[in-house]
Amino acid sequence: MITPTHYMLLSAALFMIGVVGVLVRRNIIIIFMSIELILNAVNINLVAFSSQLQHTVGQVFAVFVVAVAAAEAAVGLGIILAFYRNRETVNIDEMNLMRW
Amino acid sequence: MGEAIAFYTIAAFVLGFAVMVVSTKDTVHSVLFLVLDFLAVAALYVLLGAEFLAAIQVLVYAGGIVVLYLFVVMLVNLKGFPEENRDPHRRTKLGLGLAAAVVVELGAILAYDYARPVPQLADAAIPVVGNTEEVGWLLYTSYLIPFEIASMLLLVAMIGAIVLAKREL
Repeated sequence: MITPTHYMLLSAALFMIGVVGVLVRRNIIIIFMSIELILNAVNINLVAFSSQLQHTVGQVFAVFVVAVAAAEAAVGLGIILAFYRNRETVNIDEMNLMRW
Repeated sequence: MGEAIAFYTIAAFVLGFAVMVVSTKDTVHSVLFLVLDFLAVAALYVLLGAEFLAAIQVLVYAGGIVVLYLFVVMLVNLKGFPEENRDPHRRTKLGLGLAAAVVVELGAILAYDYARPVPQLADAAIPVVGNTEEVGWLLYTSYLIPFEIASMLLLVAMIGAIVLAKREL
């Protein structure tokens, strides 16, 4: 019997893989992909609860999360391209121009 | 039984591909593993009875967002790009805090009583049947304002991405 607990554990594991990717990798494109993984973990939770509660509203919010993820990817990748054109790097350790 | 087999198989694929995404050296391989991961998550949605969201996942994530990532990876020269953490100890406290957060999270999940009675949601009466019909009904009745705001967000993001990525306007 697969309960929402299973889905929550899977979601937590996926979320943590995404967080580790954000913290460990230095390539900003991979960091963006890790953020996508985190958003997917959130969506799995929303859909699992939507299925358990027998109500579709969780899936509606998952659709919103997908929309926000698409917007984030478009703007973020635009920023990466603009930055790469100026500095010739995608390493976040070298993105310290505005560091205080 | 069949559901359990399907769940564990798909979960193994989801987690395995996610690990490959964050651990592969080659960024192009990473993007391709991301596609496989999104497809596995879409299979999970089908298992949960959310067919519309599975289709959205395949179309928007695996079809749209990943193509965007591939474009950027191709435009950006990643050859000879050393990836190293200059000071591996600088995030020790952050790591400990995150580990504590994971412990709390797992404890909360295991303490969650999934057998509790289903709470009554406010607008439980949806006069249509079928997954896609229900999602559409909610989007165009109770959640019309957030839906319109999301469309505005996408428009603003599109214009912003064009402004950012264009060489000169």
